[in-house]
Amino acid sequence: MSSTFNVVTSQEYKYGFVTDIEADSAAPGLSEDTIRFISAKKGEPDWLLEFRLKAYRHWLTMAEPDWAKVDYTRPDFQAIVYYSAPKQKTPKYASMDEVDPELKRTFEKLGVPISEQAALAGVAVDVVFDSVSVTTTYKEKLATVGIIFCSFSEAVREHPELIKRYLGSVVPSSDNFYAALNSAVFTDGSFVFIPKGVTCPMDLSTYFRINNKDSGQFERTLIVAEEGASVSYLEGCTAPQFDTNQLHAAVVELVALDRASIKYSTVQNWYAGDKNGLGGIYNFVTKRGLCKGVASRISWTQVETGSAITWKYPSCILLGDDSIGEFYSVALTNHKQQADTGTKMVHIGRNTKSTIISKGISAGDSSNSYRGLVKVQPKAEGARNFSQCDSMLIGQACSASTFPYIEVQNRSARVEHEATTSKIGEEQLFYFQQRGIPTEEAISMIINGFCKDVFRELPMEFAVEATKLLSLKLEGSVG
Amino acid sequence: MLSIKNLTASINGTLVLKGIDLEIKAGEIHAIMGPNGSGKSTLGKVLAGHPAYEVTGGEVLFEGRDLFSLAADERARAGLFMGFQHPIEVPGVSNASFLRLAYNKKAEAEGRDELDPLEFDDFIHEKIKLVAMREEFLDRSLNEGFSGGEKKRNEILQMAVLEPKLAILDELDSGLDIDALRVLGDAVNRLQRADRALLIITHFPRILETIQPHHVHVLSGGRILKSAGKELALELEERGYDWVLEASAAGGAR
Ligand SMILES: Nc1ncnc2c1ncn2[C@@H]1O[C@H](COP(=O)(O)OP(=O)(O)OP(=O)(O)O)[C@@H](O)[C@H]1O
Ligand SMILES: [Mg+2]
Repeated sequence: MSSTFNVVTSQEYKYGFVTDIEADSAAPGLSEDTIRFISAKKGEPDWLLEFRLKAYRHWLTMAEPDWAKVDYTRPDFQAIVYYSAPKQKTPKYASMDEVDPELKRTFEKLGVPISEQAALAGVAVDVVFDSVSVTTTYKEKLATVGIIFCSFSEAVREHPELIKRYLGSVVPSSDNFYAALNSAVFTDGSFVFIPKGVTCPMDLSTYFRINNKDSGQFERTLIVAEEGASVSYLEGCTAPQFDTNQLHAAVVELVALDRASIKYSTVQNWYAGDKNGLGGIYNFVTKRGLCKGVASRISWTQVETGSAITWKYPSCILLGDDSIGEFYSVALTNHKQQADTGTKMVHIGRNTKSTIISKGISAGDSSNSYRGLVKVQPKAEGARNFSQCDSMLIGQACSASTFPYIEVQNRSARVEHEATTSKIGEEQLFYFQQRGIPTEEAISMIINGFCKDVFRELPMEFAVEATKLLSLKLEGSVG
Repeated sequence: MLSIKNLTASINGTLVLKGIDLEIKAGEIHAIMGPNGSGKSTLGKVLAGHPAYEVTGGEVLFEGRDLFSLAADERARAGLFMGFQHPIEVPGVSNASFLRLAYNKKAEAEGRDELDPLEFDDFIHEKIKLVAMREEFLDRSLNEGFSGGEKKRNEILQMAVLEPKLAILDELDSGLDIDALRVLGDAVNRLQRADRALLIITHFPRILETIQPHHVHVLSGGRILKSAGKELALELEERGYDWVLEASAAGGAR
């Protein structure tokens, strides 16, 4: 018997298969021509091509950020395929019957409910496969109450005025290196519009899948909730298992007008690479919500378990008086994974409130950092923030860091920050075992206890999924 | 039920148990007393399968099976229970869900029906009466922020839930107020049956007035130096341990 923790292999990644499907792809590489190609493929209006080209030209002047606590080989931007779509006759399937059966099987394997029966389960789903959205369910039903839920490309065609008004209004195309790249080459994504006073009757969900070996995924999500509207949106993601790294650089923008509420939940399970750090997704994502109206509310909940590298800071700009921003996060890293994730809460309006609950779990040789900014601007009278950042270590070789940045420019503001680091120790596990509970179940119970404050923010099915996912990811981590 | 032969064990390379022999039969209550650091808790943890300890020699049969061929959780499901001297705190894990999982693991191993949360709720409400625990403790995180005495009460609640064949209770009495001592002592007595056994580790004869042992052993320096009936406990209280140690050094204590 030994008192040391030994890290053995973790559960195989079960979404690592590749779908054999004919794809319509651009040649690798990035230039103005690539961008024109994408824009033409999508039949976009000139203003959007201009938006892309402007972003691209700006991107050329920018340097890849290096301040995050992650260490990786910089992607070769000329080796990436910027457009890859499953070949299909019509640009969008009119009904589920037309969807390539191979593609349908893929999503069934992934457990995504896109079949009509599964859709009856009550979640409206948009599915993005490599670069394009392949199906949106429940569209008509939602349209009867004025809700728009469709792929981004479709929104550009059908609702150009809304896209023109809101695209880039929260994350400007020059915001940061990856956001600029995304603005230049984004291919598809989801668009949600909830009109004044409407509460979306069901959870909306998008499922992202990278299938092509060399393709990057650059999706764009835009959610607008008008005055008094509310919506809960779920995002899931997986990718096949390749030895090479693939880049995922998405941009998500949320806009909440007066008294609107947007709840955005993610369970991220991109391929993380093998246990020696070979392969896996580089996840460089910009997510930001603008609480534009008074008493509006934006809530981010994320469960980050995949990706080789995670660089992600879902943020809230609290512009409207009395607006509320929330960030609930569980980030789990194992083996050679590296995550630098957190949030920014920018208090601009009066009596704005923000809550940050971050739970980092590191196992194996992984590195897990929380990086968060709480900024209270001079006019944010009465602003309040509460942050709780807890880290849990499993084994000896992993690391956890917390980087809280607090900038307060209004004296009436109250900002509280609490942080803890704990270890799943031998004593805790022994206690469980002594009561007849096997190690794996003990770890899962301890971890779920640790993440409880975040999981309870997730919609029911997602919470169950997340719980299972964490256990799976940690299987065999302690022995 | 439990048969220990010449058991030796070490931690971090230090030999702590230096040849323990002990025979516990069904229906019996044994008490182990001895100076601080003599290896009492070590004995309990070695039997329960704590991974930090290395068994360097000897053998232990539990109900005829080689105890060391079983993992810690298997020993527990086979009916071995240890009430800890210092129960650990586990934030975020509710006491009730922990108790239910433990119960269900054992039920599963014994081919009995597992209890769903509602059934378990009824079940546990009977059990908390036995240890006079307030309901609110079920919803709290496992041992988190519990006082010393509350933790001990929770240990006995777990014992009542699991109904072990052999319970090793390590200093159940330390940190308990007078009433709690009586309540928990009574509870342990009520859980004792002809087919079960108890090993009570303690420094004080008081608890042994409630839970009356058939045998009292003095453990010192990793060995059992003297074994006798329950009157030994009082004698130890009056005279301390030195005389046992001296007699043993002279070679005749056993
Ligand atoms: N991790 C460890 N490393 C080194 N020595 C240890 C370790 N754990 C326990 N020991 C030693 O083993 C010996 C026996 O400890 P144990 O806890 O079994 O004593 P005890 O009889 O239960 O004492 P008490 O009456 O104070 O509870 C002590 O000398 C103790 O210091
Ligand atoms: Mg002790």
